[in-house]
Amino acid sequence: MKKYLPLYEIFIRSKNGLHHKHVGSLHASDPQMAIMNARDVYTRRQEGISIWVIESKDITASNPTDSDAFYAPAEDKVYRHPTFYKLPDEVKYM
Amino acid sequence: MPFNAEQLNMELSLEQKFQEKIDRDERIEPRDWMPDSYRKTLVRQISQHAHSEIVGMLPEGNWISRAPSLKRKLGLMAKVQDEAGHGLYLYSAAETLGIERDTLIDQLHTGKAKYSSIFNYPTLTWADIGTIGWLVDGAAIMNQVPLCRCSYGPYARAMVRVCKEESFHQRQGFEILLSLCQGSPEQKAMAQDALNRWWWPSLMMFGPSDVDSPHTQQSMAWNIKRFSNDELRQRFVDMTVPQAELLGITVPDPELKFNEATSNYDFGEIDWDEFWQVVKGHGPCNKDRIAARVKAHEDGAWVREASMAYAEKQEQRKLNPIEVKTA
Ligand SMILES: [Fe+2]
Ligand SMILES: [Fe+2]
Repeated sequence: MKKYLPLYEIFIRSKNGLHHKHVGSLHASDPQMAIMNARDVYTRRQEGISIWVIESKDITASNPTDSDAFYAPAEDKVYRHPTFYKLPDEVKYM
Repeated sequence: MPFNAEQLNMELSLEQKFQEKIDRDERIEPRDWMPDSYRKTLVRQISQHAHSEIVGMLPEGNWISRAPSLKRKLGLMAKVQDEAGHGLYLYSAAETLGIERDTLIDQLHTGKAKYSSIFNYPTLTWADIGTIGWLVDGAAIMNQVPLCRCSYGPYARAMVRVCKEESFHQRQGFEILLSLCQGSPEQKAMAQDALNRWWWPSLMMFGPSDVDSPHTQQSMAWNIKRFSNDELRQRFVDMTVPQAELLGITVPDPELKFNEATSNYDFGEIDWDEFWQVVKGHGPCNKDRIAARVKAHEDGAWVREASMAYAEKQEQRKLNPIEVKTA
């Protein structure tokens, strides 16, 4: 049998108040084992207080080759930014 | 696939865009387009690096049960465990390039993939453990710090984690040697003997000299490599010689001499025959190292199989909860 354990992507929250952040991947037989392995591989020096795992095959990603067109709609919408609106210098705190 | 001029043009423009991205010092991520040769180079380099971390546990693991005190034992265990972690970060980075873990492990076990030659030398005394931390991890740091800015994102990020952890490795090694050098004459002689054996192999860790390193130029154009082998080797010598003086032991190179003009240490010729012999598998421990890895992998097979069987059973129970009740 040539079946390796499935691949999981690992996300770690370093402390409360921060997002979980992708740190890498590892192999495990199930999500519980992935969490235990992630503790040993990615938090040996108290780098985290919460771990998320998800099997890599379950992630759907946007296509990088289309990214120019895909993100183009945001390109010409300068009016979404505060500096687009001109106010006199006397206006404070805005 | 039918070949035509249009396809060739498209390929060329992709390659051009890729190189422009590299030249702007941008990072390449796993799903971005990249030339095949870039992907191949990275798979080779990252997997070699991963294998080195994993095989590198063996010479030091050899001394865990014989560490001279509990403090030293804890430090060494933590270091060896870190090296396992480094191997895993790196395998994980290699896998983002589309190669499977199984294949990587096979390549190591069948001798198709290389790992750093330094780990094919034996650890004969406790002083070797100090020397490995000081010189081998020291050389690794010298190689790895510039890799934190490597053009391939996952590799660079893995290197940032690795570099954060390496400094403790080097310091624990140096402290071991410091204790030996401040101890009895026999202990100091042991430190000197270890330096005599590890000095040259450590210099070889930077790879062949620039004139014999055909891939260097391309790797530098791709921002995989930032400095040449000889540049890094020179920095290592310059950094290490004063540390040896501090320990009061002598670098085993009669030609070693500070050069006022260049502010570098000039050093003697490396025995490249020895280097290539070890690379080709004829070092003192090549066979033992691979045999130990294969044994560990095979001995662990039942754990992987049992855990998969357990996971599948749990999955079944979720799907058919009633069957479980009646069983
Ligand atoms: Fe390491
Ligand atoms: Fe290390």
